[in-house]
Amino acid sequence: MVEKRDKPICYLKDPKLHNLIAALQKLQEKHGYLRVSDLKKLSHEKGIPGTDIYGVATFYSQFQMKKPAKYTIYVCTGTACHVNRSADIIQFIEESLQIKTGETTKNRLIKLDTVNCIGACAKAPAIMVNDHVYGQMTKAKVKELILKLR
Amino acid sequence: MIDVINAKKELDSDRISVGVGTCGLSAGAGPVYDALKKANLKIPVEKVGCSGMCYNEPIVTVVKSGKQSIYGLVTEDKVGTLIDCIKSGRVCKELLVGTSLDKIPYYKKQKRIVMKNCGFIDPLNIAQYMSQGGYGALKKAIELGQDGVLKEVEASGLRGRGGAGFPTARKWGFIAHVKGKKYLVANGDEGDPGAFMNRTLMESDPFKILEGMAIGAIATDCDEGFIYTRAEYPLAIKTLEQAICLARKHGFLGNNILGTKYNFDVSIRKGAGAFVCGEETALIHSIEGKRGNPSPRPPYPATKGVYGKPTSVNNIGTWGHVVAVLKYGAKQFRKVGTKKTPGTKVICLAGKINRAGIAEVPIGTTIKDIVYSIGGGMPKGTTFKAALTGGPAGGCVPKTKLNTRLDYEEMQKLGSIMGSGGIVVISNESCIVDIARYFMNFTQEESCGKCTPCREGTKRLLEMLERITRGEKVEILALRQLAEFVRDNSLCGLGQNAPNPILSTLRYFEKEYIEHINKHKCKSGVCKDLITYFITDKCIGCGMCAKNCPVATISGIPKERYFIHQEKCIKCGTCYGVCPVKAIIKK
Repeated sequence: MVEKRDKPICYLKDPKLHNLIAALQKLQEKHGYLRVSDLKKLSHEKGIPGTDIYGVATFYSQFQMKKPAKYTIYVCTGTACHVNRSADIIQFIEESLQIKTGETTKNRLIKLDTVNCIGACAKAPAIMVNDHVYGQMTKAKVKELILKLR
Repeated sequence: MIDVINAKKELDSDRISVGVGTCGLSAGAGPVYDALKKANLKIPVEKVGCSGMCYNEPIVTVVKSGKQSIYGLVTEDKVGTLIDCIKSGRVCKELLVGTSLDKIPYYKKQKRIVMKNCGFIDPLNIAQYMSQGGYGALKKAIELGQDGVLKEVEASGLRGRGGAGFPTARKWGFIAHVKGKKYLVANGDEGDPGAFMNRTLMESDPFKILEGMAIGAIATDCDEGFIYTRAEYPLAIKTLEQAICLARKHGFLGNNILGTKYNFDVSIRKGAGAFVCGEETALIHSIEGKRGNPSPRPPYPATKGVYGKPTSVNNIGTWGHVVAVLKYGAKQFRKVGTKKTPGTKVICLAGKINRAGIAEVPIGTTIKDIVYSIGGGMPKGTTFKAALTGGPAGGCVPKTKLNTRLDYEEMQKLGSIMGSGGIVVISNESCIVDIARYFMNFTQEESCGKCTPCREGTKRLLEMLERITRGEKVEILALRQLAEFVRDNSLCGLGQNAPNPILSTLRYFEKEYIEHINKHKCKSGVCKDLITYFITDKCIGCGMCAKNCPVATISGIPKERYFIHQEKCIKCGTCYGVCPVKAIIKK
């Protein structure tokens, strides 16, 4: 059985009128992440199949489908940072927060994630907390930073 | 009206400029700027882009009575000293880097053509841009007309700066005489870790990119363009957006550019974090708002690109060079660089090196010059092992090949690529197998999953490398064969180039691979499973190691030599870091 819909599934005539990536970026800016209810609404409004929206939302690493933590620590794992031992920094944060990369602490305060390059290669190893970049990190500096966040 | 004459005067007279690119801001240029602004110095304080000396950020340049002094590492706590010096009219010796860019060793072997304005003018001041010869190239292009521009660019021998080195004039030629709607795209999706030259140009000299695109529009008779860049570059996006508005306002974009028949407008498209989108077919899908999956070529973008229309995709760097070609003329442009590849290349230097940053060098400069003359050589206590070029799609240049010239063909002969121009230097403290594993991990994660050789192949290659880093048995032959298979059978550039780091490191450092497999040894002490920490008799028995050990596997009596109980050791290296007398060694 084909499901009945109130609107036909078709793209708008002029594809330039809507840009799915831009629409999703706007939604994410509003709530900090993409809510499934919002995506369903977008699908109905624009007549784009939900699978397509889900496909785009999961393809790009910028889009989050879960509610973000208050602080996200992004440890840069770009080449320059790797050479300057960013892996040690990640391990240190994992140990001190008792979480693995990609996870959030139980109180939803801090999330640990990696990012491929934030372009602060000359300041390697670099980490980014929300939008602020910290360069030339050492274990001691990270320790201090985590204490501050808490 | 744009007051160019006044802008020129402004630039030549007394001024203080603070570099506020992304790297400057991360080093703390924001508070420095505020402090200088508040200090009532009677000299205008301006925000400029990045001059490329990232290792010296934040940078403040003071011009007073015709004398220039460039100050580096002016952090928030040091800005007070600088303000005192400026007020009393002295030169602040402790912060001084040089009195002009040419006199600083970092710039001696450089040739700044595209980067000339970066760090000198206010990125969003169109009058300052014009006072430095900006938009002169566009005027010249209008005089020359479509065929004239095409001829000039062809005569200059300009090749794409994105990595492949395809002749720009030929790329434009494919779409130049096709009738109907077509698009120009500036590729600023710099997903390549270790490369940030596009970001710097977008942040520090946005009008140059817009001017280059407008020239391209004349050459290809096109009226719409896109700049595609990463959402991770918020400052670059903001700067470009404002620059586009200004250019429209002053008639350099929009309908009837400078009162002529040419129409051209640009809009920005933000990527959302996917390395594969640097590949042109994937990028085109992403511009349309779809998943960034590459598609097989042909059809090439020149026949079927954005929204199915003929499209020319050029790198941000290429658009900058287009301006230089028109401004100086093809003949003058050819004087720099090699015969086959004239011009310069903007490179990013990073890794284990004394002076990391952005440099613009004539093509054909040796890697040795780049690492030692510009980069200032290796930090104390380390020796050069290799230079990684081209990022995750590139390869390595070992010590024996340091005299290689930076050029598309020369790099290819080494099994590497020039790529976007990122050069990461590694020292004896880095393990070559670990580097290959790192790059493989990157491409494996970024593989879009569309074609099997890339999706499955990169995963298996990564597994093999992981086994080697654990000292397990892997046939080098099998590794090489699979790498070659992935290279030959993948759909797009990402998969085709993914095995490059393995093949190129195998070529020069096979011994190190074999050492891992047969002798279970990692000379550099990076691969955790192959090293053991050991306390020597230098130990003074302070107990720092035992106190800091996260698994409490170090014990001993105070003031005597401590011991590590290997069976519980997780090899985190904490003890190694905290030991005050360096009594702990890696074996």
